[in-house]
Order: sequence, then C-alpha cells, then structure tokens
Amino acid sequence: MNDTAMVNDKNLIEGKTGMWEVVLGLEVHAQIISNSKLFSGAATNFGAEPNTQVSLVDAAFPGMLPVINEKCVEQAVKTGLGLNAQINLRSVFDRKNYFYADLPAGYQISQYLDPIVGKGTIILDLPGGEHRAVGITRLHLEQDAGKSLHDQHPSKTYVDLNRAGVALMEIVSEPDMRCSDEAAAYLKKLRSILRYLGTCDGNMDEGSMRCDVNVSVRRPGDALGTRCEIKNVNSIRYVAAAIEHEARRQIEILEEGGSIRQETRLWDPGKGVTRSMRSKEEAHDYRYFPDPDLLPLNLDPKWVESLKAGLPELPDAKRQRFIKEFGLSDYDAGVLVAERESAAFYEAAAKGRDAKLTANWITSELFGKLNAAGKDVTESPVSAEAIGELIGLISDNTISGRIAKDVFAEMFETGRAAGEIVEAKGLRQVLDTGAIDAEIDKIMAANADKVAEYRGGKDKLLGFFVGQVMKAMGGKANPAMLNERLKAKLAG
Amino acid sequence: MSLDSKTVARIATLARIRVPETDLPGLAQELSGIMTWIEQLNEVDTRGVQPMSGVLARDMPRRADVVNDGGDPQKVLANAPEPAHGFFTVPKVIE
Repeated sequence: MNDTAMVNDKNLIEGKTGMWEVVLGLEVHAQIISNSKLFSGAATNFGAEPNTQVSLVDAAFPGMLPVINEKCVEQAVKTGLGLNAQINLRSVFDRKNYFYADLPAGYQISQYLDPIVGKGTIILDLPGGEHRAVGITRLHLEQDAGKSLHDQHPSKTYVDLNRAGVALMEIVSEPDMRCSDEAAAYLKKLRSILRYLGTCDGNMDEGSMRCDVNVSVRRPGDALGTRCEIKNVNSIRYVAAAIEHEARRQIEILEEGGSIRQETRLWDPGKGVTRSMRSKEEAHDYRYFPDPDLLPLNLDPKWVESLKAGLPELPDAKRQRFIKEFGLSDYDAGVLVAERESAAFYEAAAKGRDAKLTANWITSELFGKLNAAGKDVTESPVSAEAIGELIGLISDNTISGRIAKDVFAEMFETGRAAGEIVEAKGLRQVLDTGAIDAEIDKIMAANADKVAEYRGGKDKLLGFFVGQVMKAMGGKANPAMLNERLKAKLAG
Repeated sequence: MSLDSKTVARIATLARIRVPETDLPGLAQELSGIMTWIEQLNEVDTRGVQPMSGVLARDMPRRADVVNDGGDPQKVLANAPEPAHGFFTVPKVIE
C-alpha cells in the first residue's frame, strides 16, 4: 500500500527496453451539497443566471469577512468518517495565493498544514472480484473558484462568480494505484461513498466531482519517478485514457535517455493527448499562510461521535450484509450496492421472496432494460414490489422462467402487474403431466423418423422435441417436467 | 537574510506589481533590511510552542446553512469596468 508494495506483473507496461510500473495518485475535488456557500450566504444551485448567486464576500469586496457554514463542516467530517479517516479536532484555514481572473480575492481559502481530515482508507472493488485497499492522505475544505468562459467574445474572457466560494472537499489519495483500472475503481468507489453519505452528488458532467491525476513511471522496485499532474479529466473513461497516454509518453522520453520534468499537464479529450500548461509553472509558488480573517476550527469530540453514530450503512458494509443475509455472490452484491437507490430497491423487492433469484432478475433483466432506456432505478416503470410479485409467481411455479421474461417485458412497457398479465393472457404454466404427455405423444407420432434416429443414438435431437412440444403448448409447459417426461417417453 | 534583485523581481511578478529594472537593487537592499530586522525573532526559543493562527482565544463563529445573500448582480458588477450580459469581462485569458 505504499511505494514498496508488491509489484503485480499484470500491471506492468512493456517498453522498448523492458518493463515499467505506473504509479498513480488521485486528487478529487468534490463539491459539498449545501444550500449556501462555505463562507457566505449566497446560493449554490447549478446553472443559475451569471453572477446572481454572489455575495460581496465571494466577489472579494474590501472589508467583507468570511463566516464558516456549519453544514459544510459537518459534510466534511461525515465524509472523513465514511473514509475511515482520522478527524482532526483542530484545523486551520490558510490562504493559497495565485492570480487568475476568476479568483477575485487573489487567494483561495484552503487548508494546508492542518486539514480537517487526515489519513484514511478506501477499498477498491476491482474487475474479477478482487478487493484492494488504497490510502487516503487527507481531506481538506476549500473554496471553489469562479468560472471563466473563453469562447463568448473574440478578445475577452467572461467571468461568472456563481461558483466562487462554493465549498469543496479536496480528497487526496496516496500514490497507491498501479493501473488505470484501479484509478477507475477508486473514482467509482469514492463517488459511491459520497452519494451514500449525501455529501456530494458525484456528478462529473456538471463538474461537481473533478479529478486531477498524478502519474509517474519507474522500473519495478525502483524509487518513485518524477510525476506530472494531469488536470481536467472529467469522466472516469477519460481518466483511464489520460493515464494510458501519459504513461506511454513518459516511458518514451525515459527510454530515449531523457528525463521527466515535473509539470502540470492538461488532458485534451478531443485529441486524446496531454499537453503542458506552461502558464502554471510560475504560479506554483502559492505562499500559503494562515488566513487572518479566520480562527482555527475546533470540533467537539462528542459532536463528531454523534455524526459517526448517525452515518448510513455504507457500500462495503452493505455488500458484506447482502452476501451473508441473502447468500448473494460478491459480484452481484457489489452491483446492487453501488448506488444506495438500487440497494434499497433490491431489499424492497426481495422481501419475502427468493433473494438470489430476485438479485438475478434485477441485475440482468431490470438493469438491462433500464440501461437501454437510459433510465436509473428511481425512474423504473416497474416498482420493487411488482418485481417481487413476479419472482413470487416464478417461485411458486405459476409461470416458468422463460414466460416470466415475456411477462416482465410487458410489465416494463405497460406498468401492469405480473399477476394481471398472466391471467389476462393465460400464461399459467402447465403442471399437469397428463396434458404434457398428450402433447408429447402427438409430436412423437408426427415425427416418427426422428424418434427412430434418437433411439439410434442421436440424442442431440432431444432439443428438437423439447422445442416442438413447447411451441405446441405456447411455451407454457413446465420445463423441468417436460424434460423428464420427454426423456422417459423417448427411451421407449 | 539578504535578497538579490532576481528574487525581488520574482516577488514583484507574483504580486503583480510592475517594478522597473533600475529600482530592483534599491528594493533588494530595503527588503533585506526588513528581513534582517524580522530575523531578530529567531532568537526566541519556540520549541514546543504551537504556531499561532489567530490572536483571539475563542471559537470560530459559524453560520447556519441558509441562503440570505446574493441575488443582486447589479450590485456585484457595479464597479466592473466593462460588464457584458451579466458577466465580468477581462482581456482574453488564453490557456
């Protein structure tokens, strides 16, 4: 879990002169869910008319004083607790000085030496069912900057300060990741935890969760290489693409005898490359110092304890419970708990039903259809209870699993209940052996040649007979019963 | 502590203060004098003393999470030289 962690061969990249290991650390800026800003009473809604959510504090008018929003402090502490991190009962706000048009004060109020949250851990759920711990270095509170629009005028940049002063949590990981899959898993898990906690909506499209990636490469077992920080990677897919590209770029330079310059690079999604941000070089002297407008932030340990006691069940705990309580596979449990809403949907549907069967239906049939329709589980036209009813009809043999798929498709289309569709269309499964035997006899009589072939050793023909009888019975024969009766009769 | 002209030029750039080349040596001397004066503080033994980040021995006042400010773009833009369509405008910043 640090730079001497075991080297995993499957993560190595082959260059012209041998193998390389990629080392990754992530800095995530997560916008806190709050009504008003970190140090002012202006609103935080996304997409408002320009400069309509700006107080004179946010616009850095002379003489204005920042006053901290207690909800933002609570959100940061909750997030720290959700990341199993140390909560610092005393933290300090500093000024981070840099010059940019959308930073009216000429400094960002941030935290430097004494952040509100210290070391923590996040468990990655990797493809293939593997889990791996990644260290969190720190989480600190800071203000967001305003927004610059460069494409509205030929010679001007437009500045909107609505976002200026909105509370951010900067969450910094240890350089514990070794491939783009792990970086993607880190972002997914972090987003899931933030959404469970209700501290950030995790929306990368709207920029409420943004990611900078630190990338370096080295020969396996060597000390850490020089890193480059890649900014502006605003989807999980781009994070993976930017890492792949940047690692290749660094390996090429090193293999040609060059050296890596520590710098900030910008991901260009259009061209699929990273390029140097020269303007940032001079700016890297932030001259941090404690903000004289703000006193240290002291937290009451009892208050922290009460927040801890009030945390919701988080994804890792819920996954473990689903595995234990419902007998689900690690994979299915992981899929269901990724979003709090799908986990709740599943629990409501599985109540009093076959839990594993319910999980299969939700993860494959329902999620498949929702995906295709571009909807999430909260917009499902089929309620949890309605799926539960369908599962009940399968479990008590009223309908077969095959017919259930047709019933489900109709439920999804029309929103009608499973039982209603089954009755209206006469889809009840035929469990009467007499009726099944009668159909089998008819089909065998009509295909005497094939019966002879089957009996002559061509047992693949069983599928043909099953198909014919099913077709004749409108798919309503109980499959297990049909198979059994058919085999017996064909055996003669 | 002695500051050279190059360091003073860098500090001026970071602070966005235009300083003519000819003023740099004089400023370097002046700032070096100030730094030397401040360095007297190094004589104080501060081992085991937590750095101070405020002079008031009280808790930081806090605000409830309610919207009670903003909503007045005219006021915010009142001093801006060339506002357009509700935005501040500045010479184009090219990245």
